[in-house]
Amino acid sequence: MSAGVWDWSQGVWDWAAANWYFPQEPGRGIRPRLVEHIRLAYASIAIGLALAIPLGLACVRWKVLYPPLLTGVNVLYAVPSIALFFLLLPYTGFSDWTAILPLALYTLVILLPNVVDGLNQVPDHVRQAAVAMGFGPLRRLVRVETPVAVPVIIAGLRVASVATISMVSVASLVGLGGLGRLILSDGFRRQFDAPIVVGVVLVVLLAFATDALLVLAQRLLTPWARRDRRRGGPRRRRRAAVSPVGAPALESTAVAPPGKG
Amino acid sequence: MITFEGAAKHYPDGTVAVADLDLTVETGRTTVFVGPSGSGKTTSLRMINRMVEPTRGTVRIDGVDIRDRDPALLRRGIGYVIQQAGLFPHRTVLDNIATVPLLVGTSRRAARARAAELMELVGLDPAMGRRWPHQLSGGQQQRVGVARALAADPPVLLMDEPFSAVDPVVRAGLQDELLRLQQELHKTVVFVTHDIDEAVRLGDRIAVFRPGGELAQYDTPERLLTTPVDGFVESFVGHDRGVRRLSFFPARTLPLRDDVVFEDDLKVEDVRHIAAEHPWLLVVDTDRTPLGWISERSLVGVPSGIRLSELDTVPYGHTFTAETDSLRAALDAAVLSPAGRAVGVDGDGRVLGVVSQDELGAALWSVAE
Repeated sequence: MSAGVWDWSQGVWDWAAANWYFPQEPGRGIRPRLVEHIRLAYASIAIGLALAIPLGLACVRWKVLYPPLLTGVNVLYAVPSIALFFLLLPYTGFSDWTAILPLALYTLVILLPNVVDGLNQVPDHVRQAAVAMGFGPLRRLVRVETPVAVPVIIAGLRVASVATISMVSVASLVGLGGLGRLILSDGFRRQFDAPIVVGVVLVVLLAFATDALLVLAQRLLTPWARRDRRRGGPRRRRRAAVSPVGAPALESTAVAPPGKG
Repeated sequence: MITFEGAAKHYPDGTVAVADLDLTVETGRTTVFVGPSGSGKTTSLRMINRMVEPTRGTVRIDGVDIRDRDPALLRRGIGYVIQQAGLFPHRTVLDNIATVPLLVGTSRRAARARAAELMELVGLDPAMGRRWPHQLSGGQQQRVGVARALAADPPVLLMDEPFSAVDPVVRAGLQDELLRLQQELHKTVVFVTHDIDEAVRLGDRIAVFRPGGELAQYDTPERLLTTPVDGFVESFVGHDRGVRRLSFFPARTLPLRDDVVFEDDLKVEDVRHIAAEHPWLLVVDTDRTPLGWISERSLVGVPSGIRLSELDTVPYGHTFTAETDSLRAALDAAVLSPAGRAVGVDGDGRVLGVVSQDELGAALWSVAE
């Protein structure tokens, strides 16, 4: 039995090594799929964040905007990604945008509430102190409230990036999809499981690596946010993956529907 | 000088936070707004830096209507300290203190140098400047809050219940610190509290607010305790206001007798004749540091030749400093002394003399007139 498992994994490994990269055909092999996957996922997340921050700021400034916007992104999230890819196809063709635009919009369902929650959880006394010291509304937002919201925003970014990395695979149905193409075209078409295993493992590893990068970014960006906020508590340097103020922000990130696709 | 001229704050739902307030806050003094919750003291304070706009009336600083000033610019010239300190969690202690200087365009280097000076001024180790606010205790955070409010050297300092979230010991320390700072800096301080003791301790003038946002009485602390204008003020200042008022009378007027004070190398027979008339004798060492009381009765049966230092003494409790303490401190020392007598010392803790409850009573009687 164990010999069978061993042979099987040996086979998967051999396939991966044999198909990693073909110098004569740069478009073929596993490595270009991985690069494409990273490109599509990271571009989607970056664009999503670039949209979520101004939208979130606007929602905090004009509170009436938030309910309709949130409903909007939620409804959008309910539209199956395959449908969006095919709807975009006539306009964007087989360019990256066909995958990136829907995926970027999907991240908003996580990122927008996080930006808004992050800004809203800035303690009232901090905000008051800023006002009393003569910060104008814009300066207060940029210099005080946004930096204080960063831990919550990064917490959302971690959830959104893992979700996006997983969802990129679906775009293989329109000829994009990075590692998803290994799974779909090489795997299902040939009734051969090595490409599927390699694709899945690489997707998971990529998600892990991205998450680790974000944790690192958080530690560098917010050295002030540690879980040991309470005085007298242990002063160990622990990672503060969550908002320094508590769990409310996490709850909103945790509602992201699993298995989107 | 800050003047409220018929300043009022009515909310659309009909709530009156502040009813026509007429009041003048003197320059360079500490004025305390005190009152129960909902009496409009904080609202009145916030009118001064336009965090609350009065619905009627005017607030002027040195004659200038503050509505003619841009709110942000006005606020940069007014220090503000709040209950939870309101420190920015993402900035180091030093940069928190430097906030307003940086805002008005001081170079980072100069602002940080100034911040380090201020840390020393408020009794913080400048080495703490690189910490994050959450690494500080509540009392330390509050000191940082005060330093931050002082950073741009504003003439006016608003303090909204700044010490009410810390424990009593720390609070007393912060109050002392504020009194010391104020002696040095002479800011125009407006201080809000609901604690009448804090008000009496810190205020040169006290404004008592009643629910409904009315000013009930505006007076010196002494007059507030002596002659409350009505039942509300009387009950608010508390029924022990008589004892509390003793804080305003110096203990140096008390007659201190030193004929019952003896050094501990004397022999029992040297003091017997005094003990016959005075039931309690105070034993001191050669530096006149108090050691304890001996009673007349404890001398009975003690053979001659024994030195006072060999006798068991009764603890003297705590002393009062004759030159700087008040009658209240002297009374307290007498009440807590097992001998019923208070020990008066000089600034170095050397005994000047003792005062009995009778003599203290006469002094209390004379100030109660």
